[in-house]
Amino acid sequence: MQFFGGSEISPSPPAPTASGNNAHMMYVFNRNGVCLLYREWNRPLHTLNAQQDHKLMFGLLFSLKSLTAKMDPTNAERGNLGVPQLPGQGCSFHSFRTNTYKLSFMESPSGIKIILVTHPRTGDLRESLKYIYNLYVDYVAKNPLYTPGTPIRCELFNTNLDQYVRSIA
Amino acid sequence: MDTNDSLRVASLWHSMHAISQQLSPVAGCSGIELLEADTFDLHCFQSLTGTKFFVVCEPGTQQMEALLKVIYELYTDYVLKNPFYEIEMPIRCELFDFNLSQTVQKDCVALLGR
Repeated sequence: MQFFGGSEISPSPPAPTASGNNAHMMYVFNRNGVCLLYREWNRPLHTLNAQQDHKLMFGLLFSLKSLTAKMDPTNAERGNLGVPQLPGQGCSFHSFRTNTYKLSFMESPSGIKIILVTHPRTGDLRESLKYIYNLYVDYVAKNPLYTPGTPIRCELFNTNLDQYVRSIA
Repeated sequence: MDTNDSLRVASLWHSMHAISQQLSPVAGCSGIELLEADTFDLHCFQSLTGTKFFVVCEPGTQQMEALLKVIYELYTDYVLKNPFYEIEMPIRCELFDFNLSQTVQKDCVALLGR
């Protein structure tokens, strides 16, 4: 599987679906659009191949952030559409919902974007995403063997992540 | 926001709506219904013909879906049934604008009055 912007081949094996795990899938991107992690727990429908899927997801988020920054009714001066925004600059969205899924999004100040796709009736997952970001900091960023900008291959992170996601109601 | 910007935002929304259907993990997705941002919420209603109506409101506002359905009815009554209106062109129907402002004001009063 080629990741967008990266040259390493790194399969991310889907975790075995545990009963009670109602999250569909999860993505982690860095500020350059490299998909650092893709976990899949419950995804019956695959529309595109993995690389296109990642690119599309990143593009969607980029454009949505641009749209929310432009449409913000509280901000008097807004940048033009399509101008890349720094993380934290301008109004950003934290989730959107369709009739089949709910996507929750969080961007850290360093540009790490965490996306969690769950069923549509999930509540506000902002605190959960912050917790997942802390897991990332503990198990990935502090891992001396991990090179920033490359896909994540830390077993401890994967295990803790699966365990935590299973516990989100 | 001037007209050009509105058109850009609207076409961007149209593409985002379509892309969100492609990324669905489950079949049968009909696009974004609600977008929650830090300072506002955006509710979207898609009619059977693919025309999308979206409303920007305060975070946590209830009953925007009902408002959107009412707006859709106003659209069919004052715009589509207007013989001088050309399909797919920007809407410049006075009656539609007037009734729209009335409905939104009534809605505001109803919400704030609670």
